[in-house]
Amino acid sequence: MTNPSSSQKPGRAILAEIKAGLLASLWICLLAFPLMTLEINPSSHTISFSASRLPFLAGATFVLAILWRFFLRRRAFQGVSKAVLKSEGLPEGLIKGPKPTWLTVVMGSRFRYPVLAILLGFMALLPFVSPPYLVNVMVKALIYVSLGLGLNVVVGVSGLLNLGYVAFYAMGAYTYALLGQYLGLGFWVCLPLGALVATLMGLLLGFPVIRLSGDYLAIVTLSFGEITRLVLTNLDITRGPRGISNIRPAGFFGLDLNGPIKDFLVANLGVDKDMDINKILTYFIILGLVILTIICVFRLENSRLGRAWLAMREDEVACQAMGINKTRAKLTAFALGSTWAGLAGVVFASHLSFINPTIFSFMESIMILSIVVLGGMGSIPGVILGALVLIVLPEQLRAFSQYRMLIFGALMVLMMVFRPGGLIQSAREVYLHKLGGQDGPQGGPAGGAARIEALNGAGRPVEGDGRG
Amino acid sequence: MNFFLDLFMSGLTKGSIYALIALGYTMVYGIIALINFAHGEIYMIGAFTALLASMVLGSLGLSGWGLLLSVAAIAAVYSAMYGWTVERVAYKPLRGSSRLAPLISAIGMSIFLQNYVQLAQSPNFLVFPDLVPQIDFLAPVARYISRTQLVILLFTVFSMVGLTVFIKFTKMGMAMRAVAQDQTMARLAGVNIDKVISATFVIGSILAALGGVLIGCSMRQISFYIGFIAGMKAFTAAVLGGIGSIPGAVVGALILGFAESFAAGYVSSSYKDVVAFIILIIILIFRPEGIMGQAQTQKV
Repeated sequence: MTNPSSSQKPGRAILAEIKAGLLASLWICLLAFPLMTLEINPSSHTISFSASRLPFLAGATFVLAILWRFFLRRRAFQGVSKAVLKSEGLPEGLIKGPKPTWLTVVMGSRFRYPVLAILLGFMALLPFVSPPYLVNVMVKALIYVSLGLGLNVVVGVSGLLNLGYVAFYAMGAYTYALLGQYLGLGFWVCLPLGALVATLMGLLLGFPVIRLSGDYLAIVTLSFGEITRLVLTNLDITRGPRGISNIRPAGFFGLDLNGPIKDFLVANLGVDKDMDINKILTYFIILGLVILTIICVFRLENSRLGRAWLAMREDEVACQAMGINKTRAKLTAFALGSTWAGLAGVVFASHLSFINPTIFSFMESIMILSIVVLGGMGSIPGVILGALVLIVLPEQLRAFSQYRMLIFGALMVLMMVFRPGGLIQSAREVYLHKLGGQDGPQGGPAGGAARIEALNGAGRPVEGDGRG
Repeated sequence: MNFFLDLFMSGLTKGSIYALIALGYTMVYGIIALINFAHGEIYMIGAFTALLASMVLGSLGLSGWGLLLSVAAIAAVYSAMYGWTVERVAYKPLRGSSRLAPLISAIGMSIFLQNYVQLAQSPNFLVFPDLVPQIDFLAPVARYISRTQLVILLFTVFSMVGLTVFIKFTKMGMAMRAVAQDQTMARLAGVNIDKVISATFVIGSILAALGGVLIGCSMRQISFYIGFIAGMKAFTAAVLGGIGSIPGAVVGALILGFAESFAAGYVSSSYKDVVAFIILIIILIFRPEGIMGQAQTQKV
């Protein structure tokens, strides 16, 4: 992709770029020609031709192709320069780690707790001042945050591509729906039960698949998700494709929330009078769940187990050689990831009050995966941002809703090509081995292993431990 | 007995179509060790192109075998173009990155193509015309084999023979075998890896497009979603036979076709998809290298 002569003759280089862009746009138009111009009228069984969409497509692909080439070249150049630096044994100071972002700066400063407190206060006040519609959207977004964080443990931290994650979500939702329907059990009993069922299913799936890795694991989990959906569609007890309706919302010590309590809230706190107070309760339940998840995942990531997961993600053979019990690490990752899906499923069922198997399709798994990928695999703030972007934004941009999945698909490809780390790259310490021989490079720390900080989640500075 | 024969023939034709798609998976996997998730979408695009081409050519007055063959050719060309482009855009920039990245990129591409066809054409099922002409000599045995089934079998056999000849006797076929064996060594011997990979995608896409035309003729309706399930089934077939092995893909596809057909006939048709997925899981757990594949040791 890099062309050394292009820097000397900018005019010719620009011309070459325009030519490449035109070629690409011509090619894409040729590809799109039959599918986008010919339209079948199913009732009269005739075909009509209209090329009105082609000029827009041509223009868009021209711009995109030039941007694509530009970013690809930039990416290639970055890779080369780092590699050259390394091979030349230049001081490691020249190799910049990921730049500190506003997030790491804030989280590393002493304002960390005040900022978090303000954020929490804002989140707590939100349902009382916002319209019912927004509360619904926020509940949905928070459910996806907790799903994303759960999947993040499996995919982002442990590197096990689970494409059937939605099966565990469905387990949680159906546990509550069925137990509530047939045994009359309440939400608070079903919440741990749903998590338990999902965890057990996670273990059940985990045991046979621990031997598999990479793409095989992806396919088996995908099949598992599809089997779950097909079984839910065909069983009588789940009422097949019709699903289960009239699922009760989460109660609060048996109080009637839409009675006097609502009147009080509407009169004194300015709550919207159309608001269903049960939704506010659901909001706080899922908010609590998300906070719990964040704390758990954060603690886990920096634990012995979390480091084992990271090691497993990077290299399975090497991590086993280092004495990590791979079986245990994989199983715990699977089971823990499923636990959160189960919890989220129970909350989801109580929130929507209606579930059927089509909700838990493969596309839903992809949706959760896109959240993790877009946000940044392995990064907690990334996943939260990813969920907010992918759930709240489409709700606000209703006009584009039919293009949503199209954009997701393109986004997944683009993210993998240009920013595999996601919007907020995960916090990792980077260890550099000694560079430039025994004596160490001049100006750098003398000899030994220099440990530089790349992007520590808590922003703690890590001192170099050069032996001097 | 007639019921059994019906199921047998339907299993055989289903297996043939799966085989056409499975070859694309297995060839790509053999060369770059990637599950090309978008392959099912290429097959779906083949079916849609065939539908559009048949309507246009039909209104121009073409009919009979000429129509069927030209429709298949157009579908094959367009699918090959799509396959080539998908590889250029979604996989080529990711060579040498982690294993997860191309897989996610492939899933993204698959979703993109599905929704592209849904938006450009229709979210509903579209009726696919009956492209197979009457075959007179088939009349005495029409009870056992329909003309569509015969055409499917003929197309499949011809494609298999063509593919075998291509792989065994052409220079590009030899290069493909070399790259599948050892990429670095093939490069050192002067094989243009990029060209070989592109050729693999093109050939896989042509076979998938033929599968798309045939499924259209046999099911008589298509939708943007057919690629996902067919892709999963074909992938199952490829894994069953041993991914990376070309005869394995055909054997696996036939086994899967029969299993599905008999399960639908003798057990329950609503669980026929479950059967395929359960076979896949069992195979992956007990014999991940498949029937004809070779077990690979993991090296550091």
